Amino acid sequence: MADKPPTTEQPDQPRIGVDSWVASSDERIEGIRGARGVALGAFEHTPPPFRLAAFVALAATLPLFLSSGNLFRYGFFTLVYIMLGLGLNVVVGFAGLLDLGYVAFYGIGAYTYAILSSDLHGIHWPAEVTIPIAIIVSAVLGLTLGLSSRRLLGDYLAIVTLFFGQAFVTFANNANPKGLTGGANGIGNIDNISIFGYTLTTTKQYYYFILGGFVVVFAALWSLVRSRIGRSWMALREDPLAAQLMSIPVNRLKLLAFMFGAGIAGLTGAIVAPALTGVAPGNFDTSILITIYAVVILGGAGSLMGVVIGAIVINVSYELLTPATPDRARWLFYGILILAMLWKVRPWPKLITLVVTTVALGYGIHAIATATSDTATSGAVNTGGFLTGAIHSYVVIPKNPGRLPDYGYVLLIAMILVLTTVKGWWRVALLAPTLYLAAFVWENLLIQQPSVTRLILFGALLVALMNIRPQGLLGTARVEIV
Amino acid sequence: MRRLRGIGVGTAILIAVVGFFAWEIYDKGWVLFFTLLVNGLTLGSVYALIALGYTMVYGILKLLNFAHGDVYMIGAFIGFGVLTALGGSLAPEINVWLLIALMFAVSMLGSGGLGVVIERFAYRRLREAPRIAPLISALGVSFLLQNSALILFGSQYRDYDTFDLVGFGGINIHGVFIWKIRILVVAAAVALMIVLTLFVARTNLGKAMRATSFDREAAAMMGVDVDRVISSTFFIGSALAGAAGVMFGLAFGQIYHFMGFLAGLKGFTAAVVGGIGSIPGAMLGGILVGSAESFAQGYANGNWSDLIVFGILIVFMLVRPTGLLGTRAIQKV
Repeated sequence: MADKPPTTEQPDQPRIGVDSWVASSDERIEGIRGARGVALGAFEHTPPPFRLAAFVALAATLPLFLSSGNLFRYGFFTLVYIMLGLGLNVVVGFAGLLDLGYVAFYGIGAYTYAILSSDLHGIHWPAEVTIPIAIIVSAVLGLTLGLSSRRLLGDYLAIVTLFFGQAFVTFANNANPKGLTGGANGIGNIDNISIFGYTLTTTKQYYYFILGGFVVVFAALWSLVRSRIGRSWMALREDPLAAQLMSIPVNRLKLLAFMFGAGIAGLTGAIVAPALTGVAPGNFDTSILITIYAVVILGGAGSLMGVVIGAIVINVSYELLTPATPDRARWLFYGILILAMLWKVRPWPKLITLVVTTVALGYGIHAIATATSDTATSGAVNTGGFLTGAIHSYVVIPKNPGRLPDYGYVLLIAMILVLTTVKGWWRVALLAPTLYLAAFVWENLLIQQPSVTRLILFGALLVALMNIRPQGLLGTARVEIV
Repeated sequence: MRRLRGIGVGTAILIAVVGFFAWEIYDKGWVLFFTLLVNGLTLGSVYALIALGYTMVYGILKLLNFAHGDVYMIGAFIGFGVLTALGGSLAPEINVWLLIALMFAVSMLGSGGLGVVIERFAYRRLREAPRIAPLISALGVSFLLQNSALILFGSQYRDYDTFDLVGFGGINIHGVFIWKIRILVVAAAVALMIVLTLFVARTNLGKAMRATSFDREAAAMMGVDVDRVISSTFFIGSALAGAAGVMFGLAFGQIYHFMGFLAGLKGFTAAVVGGIGSIPGAMLGGILVGSAESFAQGYANGNWSDLIVFGILIVFMLVRPTGLLGTRAIQKV
């Protein structure tokens, strides 16, 4: 049996010059086996309208078993992130333009609605007028920003759009309290959406309204990306020069992509503003931008279904990581750690060794810490729920930790980075202390400030995804031909 | 025709700028003008050092390193840490000059190391990936650093208190008051830039850098260790950013976790205005951006000064994307 010739290609990258269908044949044969294969096959054989209908049907039952507050946080905002992700996906995923000012259009839509339907200027127009106006204003501003893309490429475009986003926040912040945007305090007491005489008042009504908006946007985008325009966008993304040679109007299509993305963001903003009953400049800063990017990148840029899944994952974890519910945040954290361990550590002897080592290490360190100092393990667990006892006897929680968690955090990052460079049993050996350290840092530092923690995690997610799986969960891998 | 129009626009802008300054000087006097100018020069040398890191990395990898501004912020915090560990500026335990030298050294080493780590783990695998991938990775690194600083150092401002540093008062020239520390900062920036210019022009590693930036593949074929060159570039660029962070702390006092974001953007503006890839261009661009910000704060409403700086950038990108001292690059396809 002859050995295979050595290959220079990266195993996780598509091969240049090899037909991707042929190259992935093994993967496909592998893919149709087992329960996962059955599920995937069923998913792939469902016509897309039915998939959308199934999703909407599921989403429509959500209000039945969620309280009003949870519906707003988990249901409504997931749909908000889906819509924002869909809009960004047009610009980044289909047309391949890096737009870092995207969050400004969301803000512009929200502010347009707020200015035209609130007490600030005494204007109270109905929603059937203000929502189209918000969309048009955002789209026109998107067009204006897009005009710069005629001359700027790649990184320069990214920085100009970033400035645009910054300029919007500065502008909104610096008006007088009675001026156009209400200054730093923003605009409060925004009218409820009142469309053709029917006024939305409850969370449930808002939820169904945005669900309707989602269906319209999704269906429109779905048919758009299969049309001539959508195919031209993808051609533009793959190779602008070749696209131009094929007589595709490159500049016009870029502008159209910016307009579409901005319009969808404007629509979303115009629905969110009345639902929140107030807008402030801080609602549209870069942390929202990073969240929307995490949605699009996680799902896979260029995939509509990917955006939906990405938004569900990101928003649910975002809402779980709130200061109000440290319990749920803790479930999320340990749950992901354990799932990742079960999924990634193969074969099973390594997994068992790892679990035994980690548990033993934890109790060992805990015993040593208790023996050496009275206060080393007597700190209070941050409202642990029914996990309290387990955490308290496993993780070292000092009463006065001082700077120790900070050093632990830096060490943890260093250890994770080292982990990515070692292989085999070394990795297992290093993984056990890393896991324990992660638990220590989580209990002593990260869980105290969940709103910062989630941004750290999203930032890390972007870096990790780009390095491990740049196509995201559902995207298709691309090769840039140079 | 195009050239004539360019000259016409240039003259019009020049007349407008001179007219604006003439009016403001007539209105508010020379003292304010020179105070703002000194302020602008100090700020400008900080931006220039940040711009150098952008320029060097962009020259070699064609990557806009969003995380660079946050490396600058970390540098400022490292400098603050050294200052605090050695007794603070009110009661330094060692000689003041030694203390300042130590702050620079530790901060430059730390930031340089951070830059190398960032390159190794966030960008190296993405060199052949589509252009958008390393940009998003850089965005992620930037967020990671910013929020890590927030969770480690807290959201409050930290003060270098340098005005109390022993032996560092100010001098008064006809009513214009200049802190001595600011003179030191500008001098240090100029010195670093001279060292860098000599380094790139004279040493073997500098030559390898220029070769890599000109054509990476050809350089690799000629025996240049491209990975090592890129790591060194990141080390030097990030070390300069760390020095800039310490300088900002020394000259302006207050540092906080979010300072890197806007400073990074302005450093990039400086790099573009001066012409990306050009070291003297970065100095010139930095001083222009710093002065523009300083004058905008002094003469107009301070809140809008950022927008004025961004306006300059956008005009430059649209009208003269090669900057003041850059050469037009031919893009090979």
